[in-house]
Amino acid sequence: MTTVETAVGTSKTMVLNMGPQHPSTHGVLRVLLELDGENVVTAVPDLGYLHTGIEKSCEDKTYSQAITLTDRMDYLNPLGNNLVYCLAVEKLLGLEIPKRAQYIRVMMVELQRISSHLVWLGTHALDMGAMSVMLYCFREREEILKIFERFAGQRMMTSYIRIGGLALDPPAGWRELVKRFLDMMPARIDEYEELLTNNRIWHGRLKGVGYLPAETLIAMSTTGPGLRAAGVAFDNRKAFPYSSYEEFDFNVVTRTESDCFARYLVRVQEMRESLKIVRQAMAKITDQGPIKAEAPGIVPPQREKMKTEMEALIYHFKIFTEGFSPPPGEVYVPVESPRGELGCFIASDGSPKPLRVHFRGPSFVNLQALPLMVKGQLIADTVASIGTIDIVLGEVDR
Amino acid sequence: MPQPAHANASVVIDRLRAWKPESVSQVIENRGETTIVVPHKLLLATAKHCKEDPELNFNQLSDATCVDRFPNEPRFELNYQLLSIPRLARIRLRSSVSGQQPVIDSLEPLWPGANWLEREIFDLFGIRFEGHTDLRRILLPDEFEGAPLRRDFPVQGNR
Repeated sequence: MTTVETAVGTSKTMVLNMGPQHPSTHGVLRVLLELDGENVVTAVPDLGYLHTGIEKSCEDKTYSQAITLTDRMDYLNPLGNNLVYCLAVEKLLGLEIPKRAQYIRVMMVELQRISSHLVWLGTHALDMGAMSVMLYCFREREEILKIFERFAGQRMMTSYIRIGGLALDPPAGWRELVKRFLDMMPARIDEYEELLTNNRIWHGRLKGVGYLPAETLIAMSTTGPGLRAAGVAFDNRKAFPYSSYEEFDFNVVTRTESDCFARYLVRVQEMRESLKIVRQAMAKITDQGPIKAEAPGIVPPQREKMKTEMEALIYHFKIFTEGFSPPPGEVYVPVESPRGELGCFIASDGSPKPLRVHFRGPSFVNLQALPLMVKGQLIADTVASIGTIDIVLGEVDR
Repeated sequence: MPQPAHANASVVIDRLRAWKPESVSQVIENRGETTIVVPHKLLLATAKHCKEDPELNFNQLSDATCVDRFPNEPRFELNYQLLSIPRLARIRLRSSVSGQQPVIDSLEPLWPGANWLEREIFDLFGIRFEGHTDLRRILLPDEFEGAPLRRDFPVQGNR
């Protein structure tokens, strides 16, 4: 296997290093390419440049303290990371979350999905040379980040989803804000499609590139749009619904060609499906209602109560100093992140700090398929394939 | 309304017991999830049966991870989340290995997707997987010494 020390190739091949500093590797990914001229013979990804020991750090923090660490793994999907972790802790605790909080969670996570797909589309198009699409996508993403800032005070690392519900009530005027976005967005997605979907250059760069059959993808544990573009209609939101997704009406988008172009079409259509879900969530969210479960000792009390009632003050104190202790046991909760199956495995030993937190990152698992995808193709196709897998190095390395 | 992920776990337990009773050494039901504890020597065969039995059809390995139960023995508890996409069912297989001999069969021959998942466990816990085609560190530098996610490895410190 080619390492830096042995990377000399054969008399016919040359080993080239791509990354970790590279505009097209979407983060600090290093890929060792063994090349026969311009064709890739083997590709060996080298990971770990963004490894920050998040899973180990979670073991040193109480369950609620670890939420802020989860934001920073897949940094294009912080709300989704918060959600999977909180769902796992809530499952351990056996907490029932009020419907209103669940609907708000769904709305925020779907907005996050759109913003993540926008970044994917913008950077993927930029890699292929379509630079204007990048700016259009980021312009729309700006609107979503403004919504997050109004809700949570933060554009990206929101930590808005907490154990038991949400951090804060939706802000005044949120409906107008989200409605303005929903009214504007469908036409913008049509704009991107008009620029790309029937574009000869786009077809040339993406059609037939990075093809893998469905059986290979399943065997390589690939999930998400990559698997759905191969015709396998598996989506955790439909297969194993969580957080009230069973009450929402949306389609699982699939294609059959399983190449980069098919994955592009799947993700663009998924943005439209997410808009549908956000519209339905907006209708379901009542103006008044709880945002957190009633669970004294686990979910912190409201601040007004904490400042006036003695029991609430004591609960607040105990939660933020000691933390709460879920009963011993293990859970695995899978959710559908924009990249695939994001899973959180928590093992509790009955203490206020988790014994083990493991995040099954879809980027990490999907990236395994890269060497198979690029075999025999050109270097330019490698760039397309890395982009089509849609990796976020924070999640790959944790 | 789809069924909960572990709704048909009893099918798995019955089929495994019918195939080889000693493959199911313990069944843990907790929070609606079913964990089948498998003796570590039988893990590969049991996982193969879970994959190839047409009634079970667990065609994807969702996740493989390890819990360090130090100072209890057996120390390393490996958890495998299996997914059957056609049946929309999940199950968890668990096998434990001791701290003195942290070796277990690799599931890569069954599911090539286990490659990186097991490399990560090897990297962070130091568990060897027999039959793995490319067992080397994945997240940490190659020269790194130690297994950081073990409980006796400090969260902070100096080298």
